[in-house]
Amino acid sequence: MGATEQTGPEAARPIVALTGVAKRFGAVRALSDARLELHAGEAHALVGENGAGKSTLIKILAGLYRPDAGSVEIDGRPVAFAGTAEAKAAGIAVIYQEPALFGDLTVAENLFVGRQPKGRFGLIDRAEMNRRAAALLERLGVRLDPDRPAGGLSIADQQIVEIAGAIALDARVLVMDEPTAALSGVEVERLFGVVRSLRDDGAAVLFISHRFDEVEALCQRVTVMRDGAHVSTDRMDEVTVEQLVRRMVGRELGAMFPKREVEPGETVLEVEGLSRAGICRDVGFTVRAGEIVALAGLVGAGRSEVVQAVFGIEPRDTGTVRVDGRTLPSGSPRAAMRAGVALVPEDRRLQGLLLDLSVMRNATLVRRGRLSRFGFLTGGAERREAAEWTARLSTKYGRLTDPAATLSGGNQQKVVLAKWLAANPRLLIVDEPTRGIDVATKAEVHRLLSELAADGVAILMVSSELLEVLGMADRVLVMREGRIAGELSRAEATEESVMLLATGQEAAA
Amino acid sequence: MTALLKRPSRGTAAGTGSTALDLALRFRALGLLIALAVLVAATAAVNPRFLGLQSVQDMLFAAAITVLLASGMTVVVLTRGIDLSVGSVLGLSAYLTASLLSETGAPVVLALLAGLAIGAACGAANGAIIHFGKVPPLVATLGTLYIVRGLVYFAAGGSRVNASDLPRGFLDFGNGSVLGVPYLFLISLAVLVAVAVFLAGTRAGRDLYALGSNPEGARLVGVRAGRRLMTAYVLCGALAGLGGVLHAARFGTVDASAGHGLELTVVAAVVVGGVAIFGGSGTVLGAGLGALLLAVINNALPVLRIDQFWQQAIVGALILAAIALDRLVGLRAARALRRKGSHVD
Repeated sequence: MGATEQTGPEAARPIVALTGVAKRFGAVRALSDARLELHAGEAHALVGENGAGKSTLIKILAGLYRPDAGSVEIDGRPVAFAGTAEAKAAGIAVIYQEPALFGDLTVAENLFVGRQPKGRFGLIDRAEMNRRAAALLERLGVRLDPDRPAGGLSIADQQIVEIAGAIALDARVLVMDEPTAALSGVEVERLFGVVRSLRDDGAAVLFISHRFDEVEALCQRVTVMRDGAHVSTDRMDEVTVEQLVRRMVGRELGAMFPKREVEPGETVLEVEGLSRAGICRDVGFTVRAGEIVALAGLVGAGRSEVVQAVFGIEPRDTGTVRVDGRTLPSGSPRAAMRAGVALVPEDRRLQGLLLDLSVMRNATLVRRGRLSRFGFLTGGAERREAAEWTARLSTKYGRLTDPAATLSGGNQQKVVLAKWLAANPRLLIVDEPTRGIDVATKAEVHRLLSELAADGVAILMVSSELLEVLGMADRVLVMREGRIAGELSRAEATEESVMLLATGQEAAA
Repeated sequence: MTALLKRPSRGTAAGTGSTALDLALRFRALGLLIALAVLVAATAAVNPRFLGLQSVQDMLFAAAITVLLASGMTVVVLTRGIDLSVGSVLGLSAYLTASLLSETGAPVVLALLAGLAIGAACGAANGAIIHFGKVPPLVATLGTLYIVRGLVYFAAGGSRVNASDLPRGFLDFGNGSVLGVPYLFLISLAVLVAVAVFLAGTRAGRDLYALGSNPEGARLVGVRAGRRLMTAYVLCGALAGLGGVLHAARFGTVDASAGHGLELTVVAAVVVGGVAIFGGSGTVLGAGLGALLLAVINNALPVLRIDQFWQQAIVGALILAAIALDRLVGLRAARALRRKGSHVD
């Protein structure tokens, strides 16, 4: 860093420059034209919606992914990292949202994995290692015993340990992926103090956050990404938060959603004062028959956790959940199912399907009690039922006996839906119903949800896709940090109003 | 920022937070020593001859091979692995080195090296299947358990090596002692110390802990998982091979069933010794003490006139107690993390 002249960051050559970077995962295009320049002594914010490609970009910087196209340059020289070790050697330290420490090793050991100081006979010199670790932690202004195991540390302290590790590496580039998501106000202030002093010592900082107050407090420059591509880069003092939010969403409600107008019926689901320590707090809402209610918000706002607590997969600490006026016991999915609730989970491969079982078995799983005679499943009834529902959802598969794993993502999702629709639910909860499926199937899923609502099913939908939320929902509940930050009617809900609530900027709007 | 008002300063206070449970864990080795002492004292009170030279020597002979294999097993278990093939590898090494000695009369040192080499080869096969084949260690080594045992039967073909065929010096080495301590036990002890230094004092050793503690994190910080896993399985296999030579030297008569079922005793010793079966924590000293404790139980219960059935049940209870302790600590740590890590509580 000492080599660069002090003529302001604009004049100096960037430490890191990414141009035209593209990356695909199968059919999904995560990055198409990403650009980014990081300068010494400058904190740079990277903002964008969920799925804009920020995390992929970071993983390319970290050496975890290799770009399909485009160039990554360090100090003007093109590089192609073959692994995390090479990125580290180039001076890039990445701190992930979830710290990746070794709980069984001590704090000092975590700082020096693979680089422990050696003493006599080439053995690790623990005293020297602890001394150096203590010096590093002291430089960061934290009091931590270097010899205690990292296992019991708070998330905030774990992040400090990771930053200390980055300093121990002499990192010139510090990348932080939503480091404040799990921190309290005091902890955030302490973290920022540390990051500012590193920045002022000449490190380049890349800061990813959904919280604009933090971005403004820490960063000099801000890059907006959307749909895997670069949108704009500005000096922080030359743009407003409103402009940034507009660029983040920046789309027209182009796609048509087959949303039918339905006069809502009686209340089906009533949630009051739902809380779970550390997850969500005092969540209350209702869903009426024929209504589609969307839970919107950023990843990690607690949306999935709320619907899981409603369905009983996770117990709730306090609060009541009533379906058709009857209170559901906490932590009992069976009771929820008996009351007519169905949950299509977020991760269909992990939670929604038994991938090794046949399409037929999967489609009839929740109905097997009613399809059996004297406790034995009769093949005929099972096959008829499965064939009927998969046909109604126009699912494409080879044979009913093929394992579910052989289907495409969209068709797997249809099997999960068929499974629950066959049970004739009163309330259908769908968590990210169209994640990772192609456009045509998406539209079919949307049509199906709309039809179900028209038939009087109450639908609670968690979605990170703004267009889906705006196109499908009668009402939008926006969650932020485990609470409901606001409720918007179909008329009030726009990309901006939802994003502003989700990021906590409603006062500024 | 609402949490700011509700939680003034917990995050910044960074005490070491030791509790009774932490202490119990940290001094697990001490607990094992106390258990050993109590058991020995109680048994000696019933029958003073339990502490006689002959009796103690018998126990050390019995413990020597388990201690040796437990040292190797510890290294593997620390990485979240397991090696079920050690009993078979011991059998193969025992039979082959005994045959070598009976036919050529090679010196003891050569036999030891041959045993190590045979074991290392088996360990390399295990490591390769696990790392390159991405086969879970439990399944991979269950497979090699049978394959290697099959090799022993093939090599032995129903015959066996008798003590009378083996060189005098080899048998003396297997049954001799210095100041009452068997050579075999001394070898195991030396190996245990060497493995302890390797695990605690070298980068490779600490990498093994890191791999077991957080495999994904290890990848992120650039730990070379393949090389390290290979080291662990080769070391474990080599020690099982060495164990085979010691077995042959001790018993003189070797047939194809040598070491049959030994893997379970070794895993039991490691678990009782406080090595977490999910990897990342534990010491080879603990595993050695676990092996010693099992050997002492085996010798003490007959003296105390306790039924054979109870002997098995007590070992089982010890294993469950050890795992329950680990689980308890894990739960507690998770709870503490949730409490500290949350920001809306």
